[in-house]
Amino acid sequence: MSSYELPVTTAKPAAHAPIPVRRSLSTRWISLLTLVALLIIWWAVTATGVIEPLFLPPPSAVLQKGWLLATTGYMDSTLWQHLSASLSRIGLGLGFAVLTAVPVGIAIGSSRIARGILDPLIEFYRPIPPLAYLPLIVIWCGIGELSKVLLIYLAIFAPIAIATATGVRTVDPAKLRAAQSLGATRAQLIRHVILPSALPDILTGVRIGLGVGWSTLVAAELIAATSGLGFMVQSAAQFLVTDVVVLGILVIALIAFAMEMGLRALQRKLVPWHGQAH
Amino acid sequence: MALLQLERISAQYPGATEPVLSDISLDLGPQQLLVALGPSGSGKTSLLNLIAGFVEPSAGRITLDGVPVKGPSAERGVVFQDDALLPWQDVLANVGFGLELAGVSKAQREVRAREMLALVDLAGFDSRRIWQLSGGQKQRVGLARALAADPRVLLMDEPFGALDAFTREQMQELLLQVWRRTAKPVFLITHDIEEAVFLATDLILLAPNPGQIVERLSLDFGQRYAAGESARAIKSDPRFIETREHVLGKVFSQRQVSA
Repeated sequence: MSSYELPVTTAKPAAHAPIPVRRSLSTRWISLLTLVALLIIWWAVTATGVIEPLFLPPPSAVLQKGWLLATTGYMDSTLWQHLSASLSRIGLGLGFAVLTAVPVGIAIGSSRIARGILDPLIEFYRPIPPLAYLPLIVIWCGIGELSKVLLIYLAIFAPIAIATATGVRTVDPAKLRAAQSLGATRAQLIRHVILPSALPDILTGVRIGLGVGWSTLVAAELIAATSGLGFMVQSAAQFLVTDVVVLGILVIALIAFAMEMGLRALQRKLVPWHGQAH
Repeated sequence: MALLQLERISAQYPGATEPVLSDISLDLGPQQLLVALGPSGSGKTSLLNLIAGFVEPSAGRITLDGVPVKGPSAERGVVFQDDALLPWQDVLANVGFGLELAGVSKAQREVRAREMLALVDLAGFDSRRIWQLSGGQKQRVGLARALAADPRVLLMDEPFGALDAFTREQMQELLLQVWRRTAKPVFLITHDIEEAVFLATDLILLAPNPGQIVERLSLDFGQRYAAGESARAIKSDPRFIETREHVLGKVFSQRQVSA
């Protein structure tokens, strides 16, 4: 327990960055330089003709293709349409997963009976690679949107449910007792103490789930789709349009990176007390 | 007329052979500040948990206003050793939390919460975050939160145990002022002998194996402070020192018996 006196004004406490600013900046510079170096190597091996454009097109060609895709499109859809098809699938999957996995996680974390019923079910399907049960989902639900969203949903559900249950189980018992001695009912305990306490874990679960979900989605689109980034990459590969393949992979990577960064920012905004001494 | 009554209370952990508390009888009346003092293992925390309703006695009866105590409730406010505040709310919302649970409107509970913050000398701290507070400030918020719900009795579980010596003395004086102004009966547990002697109107001394009351004292040092005498004058009063040494001797003789 800390008892430091802070001459607090309105400024946020500096405890957010345990590493001094100068060092974190230099780490960032190293990462940036690595990226630049990779780009230069890419450009060098293609410009000198060491690697043929069929296997690796030059950066300029990929960039040009990107412009073409964004404006006129590929396989009847522009890059944006492919992108929004993929994003809306993961958005739907994530939305349903959060709405169901959080209550399930709370139930597992707070009730012995719910844990007995649900824990083995989740632990049974969680380690199965989603692509292994995709054929079964296709048999049951066809190759339409439902199959893809369902696949994402299942991939995201388990990490969120498990993280929520962990968060619920590790709620500070003193906070629960404090709320009880202020007259909290069981529902109020969940709403006012358990849920906010578990929020950092829930958000970590969402982060993990989104990572798994995104890779699952792209893989699913490789198999059965008429739009989406995965589909775009797959069909381009069949016609050996390598620049579209490379571009597609880059966009997929960028989206994953953006989602991770966005969630970290959300975590900082929603749970500013996390990691603080309290 | 006793407000809170414990009649021949015993308590035992499930599976344990020895009880943690044996045959405890206690009364807490209005205007009283009852302090339970004892070394670790004397069951004082168990005693507080019983009164708070967090655990049930294996024998005996606890009543508040003649009604048997069953489970935790807002009429028995608790201040914990570690603040147990909610970091996702600011100070004002923390203090008004009990009222929020009771369904009091936001405007009303904020008025009440500000009154309580002023009472513990934290006026103007409304929008501070919990992690921006010092240990002593957190305990004051905890005290304000318990008082805001207007409990019948206030239970304090080693509230100043984690504070440094200087802050602890300040908090003791603050508690006496608050106690005088709110006229709330207080039940406080501590292992700090000087704290116990200074605060208590009624002091019970607990001994371990199993936890039992070995001595009861009626004291007036806290009342003298509340009436305006200075803390230093009281604590250097020969009668205070004599009482402190007497209690200290009791605690040590008990420890030798148990060791």
